[in-house]
Formats: sequence, structure tokens, C-alpha cells
Amino acid sequence: MKFKVRGIDTFASTGGRPFDKNKPLIIFVHGSGLSHMVWVLQTRYFAFRGYSVLAVDLPGHGLSSGESLKTIEEMGDWVGDVIGAVGCKEASLVGHSQGCLVTMECVAQHPEKIKTLTLMGGASAIPMNPELLQLAEESNPKAVDLMMDFAHGPAGHFGGHPVPGLYHLNVGSMIVQNKEIKDTLGVDFRACDNYKNGPEIAKKLDLPTLSILGAQDRMCRLKDGKILADYIKGSEVKIIEDCGHMMLLEEADQTLEILKKFIAEHYPLPN
Amino acid sequence: MDPKTYKFDTLSLHAGYQPSKNAGSRQVPIYQTTSYMFDDVDHAAALFNLERGGHIYSRMSNPTVQVLEERVCALEGGTAALATASGMSAIFLTIMTLCNAGDHMVVSSQLYGGTVNLFRLTLPKFGIKTTFVKPRDTEGFKKAIQPNTKGIFGELVGNPGNELMNMPEVSNIAKEAGIPLIIDSTYQTPYLCRPFEHGADLVVHSLTKWMSGNGSSMAGILVEGGTFDWMQNDKFPTMTEPYEGYHGLSFAEEFGPTAFTMMARAEGMRDMGPCLAPQNAWNILHGLETLSLRMEKHCSNALKMVEYLSNHESVAWVSHASAPGHPDKELAEKILPKGTGSMIAFGIKGGKEAGAAFINNVKLASHLANVGDARTLVIHPASATHSQMDEATLKFAGLSHDMIRLSVGLEDFEDIVNDFEDGFRAAKKPRLVANK
Repeated sequence: MKFKVRGIDTFASTGGRPFDKNKPLIIFVHGSGLSHMVWVLQTRYFAFRGYSVLAVDLPGHGLSSGESLKTIEEMGDWVGDVIGAVGCKEASLVGHSQGCLVTMECVAQHPEKIKTLTLMGGASAIPMNPELLQLAEESNPKAVDLMMDFAHGPAGHFGGHPVPGLYHLNVGSMIVQNKEIKDTLGVDFRACDNYKNGPEIAKKLDLPTLSILGAQDRMCRLKDGKILADYIKGSEVKIIEDCGHMMLLEEADQTLEILKKFIAEHYPLPN
Repeated sequence: MDPKTYKFDTLSLHAGYQPSKNAGSRQVPIYQTTSYMFDDVDHAAALFNLERGGHIYSRMSNPTVQVLEERVCALEGGTAALATASGMSAIFLTIMTLCNAGDHMVVSSQLYGGTVNLFRLTLPKFGIKTTFVKPRDTEGFKKAIQPNTKGIFGELVGNPGNELMNMPEVSNIAKEAGIPLIIDSTYQTPYLCRPFEHGADLVVHSLTKWMSGNGSSMAGILVEGGTFDWMQNDKFPTMTEPYEGYHGLSFAEEFGPTAFTMMARAEGMRDMGPCLAPQNAWNILHGLETLSLRMEKHCSNALKMVEYLSNHESVAWVSHASAPGHPDKELAEKILPKGTGSMIAFGIKGGKEAGAAFINNVKLASHLANVGDARTLVIHPASATHSQMDEATLKFAGLSHDMIRLSVGLEDFEDIVNDFEDGFRAAKKPRLVANK
């Protein structure tokens, strides 16, 4: 659905159900250069099980208007504003990759609004390879090819998409190339590279938190994901074997099962 | 720093399959089953509602067929693919997903005869009309577009006359009109041309031909490039508006670069059901493993055949984009740099009667209604593959009665030539040699 956030047209997938502000809200935040489309194998499930779901397109991404926000802090604050913009007071957050930094920032800036936090393929800092960063800022398609290479584990490189007929690497590539690379991926990579608050914010988090990590993640390596989880008081950690950075697609079923249990325990539907 | 993603030959052997998820089986298993166990009622509901991926019933998808779909998709550089029972069913499924009653298509006139009949005779029954345009008439494609036109369709190299459609320029016309360009790339395979790199939005194949190469199995496929923005205009409401069949799902909104294939599977395979048998998918996969090697030999043999035929006293004309003086030679060199394929059309002196004598007296070359087999094939299109077309349609499609269609195989070149010499000898005296 389309709605306004700070006066800008914003798009969020509602998982195929009409949005209902009276149902518990789960907000999904995508990674660098991507869009709501990466969440389809999680959002529809919750939308048809009593939750309201918003898989947002960050400003300038996917079907949202405006320009990309330039810092993780701004993006975190923006996600906090989304909650009010749709008439809700609170939400659970699910972030992937850069979306982990964004959702952590959101919790730090709007702690009263956020009930649970799920971090997929996260790390407390995501420093960028300088060459990759430069390619993205120059809108060089090679940046996308490199990102797809690094982001995917065996399922991406060999195949075996959970949805029959889809081919991981090219789906991801086309989602990113839906927009001018420098305006989305370039801006996002720079924002990740500049962001240094992760460890301090993670240590202050005080809400139910789940980290889902891919054992073969080459974008945010497993050890970095574990370090982030160690910073967060009481964080649950689930590791998916034979999986890269894109667990939400590469191992969508396992990811959904883990998320279902966590949400059911910490953010249950009202009786 | 370069990406270490797998390249073409590696993909043709490995894409779409992980042995570790299939009991370590090095070869792709044949999942000969109709249906798949659900974990529980919630799992079943989620699968039926496209909330999660997986298999329900082999009419919709099958694990062996899925490997083929991903492999072809990887080779074409597409986002998604959907395999079907034949190439014709892939085309029909594509058009039925794209169009509603009252819609219109602009279509190249030089196509496989079955495809011509589909657009000319069958689709009008569903209220879908077609304007045919000669493949070289690039401006004609633009002029033929109407407000209700939903796409442009063509074979890059037309069957059987070997005239080329200027794919990059026709793509620009389609883009300007906000409609997709659909290319039947059966003759090329992704080894010779990847149409998405030249502006196509959807690609269809008959996998029965060069992709398998073994002549054992029928199969087709639709591949999506992920390039077309279905939401750019209001021409495609079934893609962009809530679809009642899946509780208000908007395919374009939810699935973006894979929306068309998702729709074609969810609606088309559900309601029409032209599914590919897993055994046939497996047979095609076997062929794909050697696609590059075969296409190289097909093309090198074809080049030699063009030279041989061009210099033969019994041959009136030769059409192959590599042939000297072919009107599309320059375009072919640009978009088919690895070769212009192994389909040759030639005219035999003496017309239809000589052609019949030639075909009846070759022994190595097989006289049958197929192309792209590892073996050399010949046919007289006007009396076989295109026989259901009337004289005017034959002429518009560029078919003459002296035309012989040749699909050059992988045999030793000298053996093909010796066989053809027998045929040409018979063609010179058709009444004396008669039918064998």
C-alpha cells in the first residue's frame, strides 16, 4: 500500500491482506539496494495469520518516492515514523543486513515503540570493501554482480530456490537494478561504511531479540553476527547451515519457522 | 576484483541442483510423483496461498522439472522460468498470461507453421487478434501497434526462411509502447544468443530441439528477464490489480521481476495444466550438459554446408545469415557473434518435384518434422510443417515451393555431403529415379 511518511509517498507490501492498524504490526526492513520483494516468503505468512505486516521500501527504493536517506541514523528514525504514519503505536521489527543496523537504530531512538527485534544476517558494523563501494557509487553493474556473489551461499550459486523456477542470483540482481545503482546501493553502502554506533547501541538494547545467521555468510560473516548477538542482552541466536547472507530467500522455510516461534513467544496475537 | 559466479559451461552442468540436498546423488533424480506430503494443515494452507515456496502437485511444479527450469534460467540470464510440455504450450501459456479477450499482438510473419496457426486461427477463438509483420520490416512493427496491443512476438531467426528480426530496434519500439518483447529463441539457444541482453523481456524455447539435441523428448519453457515494469501503465491489470484467485494478490507488486512467471504458473498451470513430465525434463537436462560442445559443431558444420550448397550446380539459392550477400549478415554478426545456427534453407533447381526426389533419396539425413537433433534433418516445408497455410500466407511468410529446410547435424561433414550428392543426383532426374 502507499502512504505518506514525512510527506513523501511510501510503499510497503502488506503481504496480500488489507492493512489493519488494530492488529499487531510487524515491520520488515530490507538490506542495501533492495526492496520489499525480498520478504515475500515471510510477510504473506504473517499477514494471513492475524498480523498486520509492512515490508517497507526505504525512501528512494522499490516503489517508494523520495531520495535515499544518507545515514543509518536517519533510516532508523524514519522507520520509527512509519509506525505513527500508519496509525499504530508499536511494532515488532525484522531487519536484514543493513536493515539490522537500521532496526537497531530505530530501537535506540524509539524504544517505547518497539516490542521485539529480529536481526537476519546482521553485524554490529558493515564496513565496505573500498572497490565495491566505489563501483556502487559509480553505478557500475559490476557492483551488483559482486554483491550477488558475496551475498549468496550454495543455493544462490548452484540453485534450489524455494519457489520453483526462480533463480536466486538474477532475481536479486534485478531487484537492485530496478533503480539507479548509485542512488540506492551506492548511498546505502556509504551509509553502512560510515556507521560506527552499532556496538554501543547493541549493548544497550533491552528487548526480546533474535539473531538468524547463515553459516556461510560472506557479507556479514558468522563470527561478526555472533559478536553482535553477544553484545545484546539475552539475544537468541539461530544458525542456518549451508546458507549465505540471503537466508530469507535461500533458506526461506527455516527462516520462517525460526521467526514464527520467536514471534509466537514474544509478540503473540491477543487472545 | 571480479565476481566468482559460475560461467556458461559450468552452469549448463550444475545450475539448479545441489547433490547434498538429494541424498548425494550426482545425477539429478527423477521425481516420478504426482504429489508431495504436507507437514500439517498450516503448511498446506501456506503453500496453496503462495506464502511459502514448495511443491504441491506436479501439474504446478516438480523437483526434477525445477532443476531444468533453474538451469535454463541461469543460462539465459533470466530471473524465473517455467517448463512446459512442449514449445507450443510455452507460447500459448505466455500469450494467455499476457492477454485477455479483446487484446491484440504484433507478430513476426516468419515463424514455425504451428505458431502461425496459433496466432492466425486459434487465438482469435479467445478474442485475441494478431497483426503479422515481415521480420525485416522494423518500422512495420511500430505501425502495427494498437491501443490494445499487449506485446510483440517473433523468432529472432525466422523459420524456415532464416530472415532476422532486428531485435534491438524492435525492443526499442516495444519499450516506447510500454509492451513486452517476446522472443522464441529455439534456433539460437542461449549459447548463440541471450535475448535479454538485446532488449527482450520474455523468452520461449522449444527445448525439444538443440537444448536437448537427442530428439527423445518434447518440452518447452518460458523464461522471464525481470526487465519489464508491469506497473508502468494500465495495460496489464491481471498483473497489477488484486487477483481474486489468490485472495487479492497483486503479482507485480509482490513478485516484481518474477511476476509474470509466478502468474503463468499460479494461473496458467493451475487452469490449463501443460506440465512437463519429469522423465522428459531429465532427458533434456542430459542434453543441456553438452550444449556448448554441440552448438560449436552444429555451427561449424553449418558453415561448411553453406559453402558447399552455395557452390552446388543443383542449388538455386541458399539462405543462412552467414552466407555471402545475405541481407541480415551484418545484424547477425552483431547479435550472433558465436555463430548463426545450423538451420539452412535452400532452393533446389527443378522446384517442388526435384525437392521431393532429393528428400526421398537422401539416406543419412532424416526426413522428419523436427529441427535441432544431433542428426541431420531435412524437410520440404510447403508440403509438411507449413502445409496448413494457404498460398497467400505461404508467400507472406517467405516460403517457396522449391525450399528445402535443412537442420545440420553433428555427423562427419564428408558423410553429409556424400549423402546430399545422392539426393542431388536423384533430383536431376526425378522421373527416372522416382521415390525410393
